[in-house]
Amino acid sequence: MAPYTLLVNGGTRTIEADDPAKPLLYVLRGDLGLTAAKFGCGLGQCGACTVLVDGAALRSCQLAVSDAVGKTITTLEGLAPPEHPHPVQAAFIAEAAAQCGYCTNGMVLTAKALLDQNPHPTRAEITDGLADNLCRCGTHTRIVRAVLRAAGQG
Amino acid sequence: MTALPLSRRMLLKAGGAVIVSFGIPSLAQAASNQPTGAPRTLDPAQVDGFLAFHADGTVSVFSGKVDLGTGLRIAIRQMAAEELGIGVDQIALIEGDTALTPDQGPTAGSTGVARGGVQIRQAAATARQALIGLAAGRLKRPAGELDLIAGEVRPVAGGPADSPGVTVASLIGDRLLDLPIDAKAPLRDPDGYKLVGQSLPRPDVPEKVMGRHVYVHDFSLPGMLHGRVIRPPAIDARLETVDETSIAGLNGVRIIRIKDFLGVVAEDEWTAVRAADRLKATWSGGQHLPVQSDLYSAIRGTAVARDAAVVSKGDPAVLRGSSQIHTATYQWPIQSHASLGPSCAVADITPDEATIWTASQSTHRFRLAFAKFLDLPAERVRLIYLDGSGCYGMNGHDDAAADAALMSRAVGRPVRVQWMRADEHGWDPKGPPQLLDVSATLDSEGRITAWRTEAWLPLATAGLPNIPLLGPQAAGIGQVQGLSAGLIDQNTDPPYAVANVEATIHWLKSTPLRPSNIRAPGKIANTFAIEGFTDELAAVAGVDPVEFRRRGLSDPRGLDVLRRAATLFGWEPRPSPAPARNGPAEGRGIAYVHYKHSENYVALAMAVTVDPKSGAIRVTRVACSHDCGLVINPDALKNQIEGAIVQTLSRGLHEEVTFDHDRVTSLDWAGYPILTFPELPEITIDLVERRHEPPLGGGEAAAAPVAAALANAVFDAIGIRLRTVPFTPDRVKAAIKERGA
Repeated sequence: MAPYTLLVNGGTRTIEADDPAKPLLYVLRGDLGLTAAKFGCGLGQCGACTVLVDGAALRSCQLAVSDAVGKTITTLEGLAPPEHPHPVQAAFIAEAAAQCGYCTNGMVLTAKALLDQNPHPTRAEITDGLADNLCRCGTHTRIVRAVLRAAGQG
Repeated sequence: MTALPLSRRMLLKAGGAVIVSFGIPSLAQAASNQPTGAPRTLDPAQVDGFLAFHADGTVSVFSGKVDLGTGLRIAIRQMAAEELGIGVDQIALIEGDTALTPDQGPTAGSTGVARGGVQIRQAAATARQALIGLAAGRLKRPAGELDLIAGEVRPVAGGPADSPGVTVASLIGDRLLDLPIDAKAPLRDPDGYKLVGQSLPRPDVPEKVMGRHVYVHDFSLPGMLHGRVIRPPAIDARLETVDETSIAGLNGVRIIRIKDFLGVVAEDEWTAVRAADRLKATWSGGQHLPVQSDLYSAIRGTAVARDAAVVSKGDPAVLRGSSQIHTATYQWPIQSHASLGPSCAVADITPDEATIWTASQSTHRFRLAFAKFLDLPAERVRLIYLDGSGCYGMNGHDDAAADAALMSRAVGRPVRVQWMRADEHGWDPKGPPQLLDVSATLDSEGRITAWRTEAWLPLATAGLPNIPLLGPQAAGIGQVQGLSAGLIDQNTDPPYAVANVEATIHWLKSTPLRPSNIRAPGKIANTFAIEGFTDELAAVAGVDPVEFRRRGLSDPRGLDVLRRAATLFGWEPRPSPAPARNGPAEGRGIAYVHYKHSENYVALAMAVTVDPKSGAIRVTRVACSHDCGLVINPDALKNQIEGAIVQTLSRGLHEEVTFDHDRVTSLDWAGYPILTFPELPEITIDLVERRHEPPLGGGEAAAAPVAAALANAVFDAIGIRLRTVPFTPDRVKAAIKERGA
């Protein structure tokens, strides 16, 4: 077992792992009790496990815990306190942009990173930006509307 | 609040990785959740089965139907609160807990509102009638002058302003109502609805968006282990040897072998994942699957249990005697629920009792199955619903629950099992393949004179208690064998006036891969064939597709959605196909369904462009008019309809389970692609308001016409009829090439 110290949601957390390749997703969910990031495929194909790493939306199933050390990690729980949703979260709530909601974590965080880079995206830029995030319930229309709303274009 | 609902609410609201050290009652406690300890009935014929009134004016509602991300969680509250004269925030809703909620049947077939909600609404109406009756005596006023509002019975508006009310608590105290549900108890007048018909927000959405919603995937118990199952390389293969040394480097892993069932458990989830991945085992034998490229001929050659006429009217000789018969064959592949999150469950099995947290659509039904294979009396087995990843019928959730139960029993500790991606794509029960031959004749005026459908479908096993589960099957535990895929033979005949109609099902004894019900079971493929072929006939007759359908319809609600969808879309009447033009071809199509010939009316128009070079179809616009009677929550309903449209476009354009001799080979999102954001069309939905009609389901009907409208639009664009799903670019290119040749 070796210790890994992570900067998660503004705090420092140290965990023990026997495998430096343990994906950050399992550390967040199992060791830190942060379950917003979901296991969807373990292959980096679907986006359900997305977290922000130094501001970029990354797949935590593909990021080894040893590579996460020293980076600033934000999970959906850490984006905003429950009583004060982040504008992207407020927009998703206003548009009821979820059905089962299993993909929602990845949608919100990918949209957040997208808007940080491009505060006024076109609809096409949004759909391209979310192209690698899968939703099975078919909530796409609302998710796009939510991102437009968060960008002040809703 | 009663003790139990409160404790479960606390549990669910706790967020994060919930550790349950309190609040989960024993089974004995669970049988009585009144503060006084009086036993609460689970009888669905009793008001007390569904409702518990509390001293603070709040009400607990116990629903056997569950919210699968569909909006039922708010819709049930709206229906109950409306009758009870309280706000939706005064209702605590308990869903799908076999110890607390009556058995209302599985949450399937779009019955959540239509049956589950209606049943609870009638319980609420019965309670209201009874409470008013009790208060009438107390207040010495006629019942007709009283109403139940905000937790008390008081004179209706217009009465003396100073008339005192009487609280529900003072009327019934801690007692149960002890009343059978009165089917005749009056419902409130829909014209006065305050809550029903409003787009009230779904309570789960903020929790999901803030990352605090507790899915079954996020649920944990003290001492819980993480389990993974190793499935065989071929269906029903026998497990020969397990090489324990292959995982020697991993700490604290336990291998669980029960006959051909092979699993691992570990304290740490990543350790369990690694162990399952590394564990070496040898297997032998197994079932063989047909050759994929011969799937439809294999279906045609499958042994038939019996033939059954769904419809037989008029004179079959009219079709057979005609010299101008139009015929076509439509084919629908095997498809997966392909839930975004692999199935998961947590089980805590002791020698005396079993508690299973599951995303099952059918906790009551599977309680009996679990009791049987765990060899426990049913009353010692409790299944508790927690939200899972979206399922559209029975996906892998019930199998994962059985896996967890087998392993928890083996190790004597709670076990959480989550499937891996390849497990879900490979082993979830599938939507079966469908094959339909259709033929018809037209008269000189372009009217359909005779129609015949032959469909090849797997026969549901009579009396099958549940679809057999993988874990018990591998473990050699006896289960009733058989198959079921839902009511898949509906909508195999046209909804239009045709004098001579035959629709025959060749019920097959078997189908490749274990089937289950998948969204709008059977009816998407059936409507694809019926409405695709209707479009073919319209083209032969040289009649505009909307006009052709309109001529065959007499039901005003059907005519209404057809007209409204055409208007919403901006439909320009002309026969298909569209005149040829240069560049990407554009087309539009329409399809109509009267769901099950007895439920929703849906018409759906669609615009596409087809690139003849790449074969790519792009859906640009969808307009849907939808009549499901009384609408409980318009926005939640629209969300469901949008989902039905997008998901079915995905199924029509992309989805086909692939397999080899032994097993499924489309094991991830690369092998089983689904629709992505850049393909998203603009979707407009029109809800027909029929507040005096009974409420019908929202989850399925809009899916039924989607693939037909898509095929019809593609035909309009390029003059080529696609009759085999999915409409991949390769398939479109091949069809174009074939026409050229």
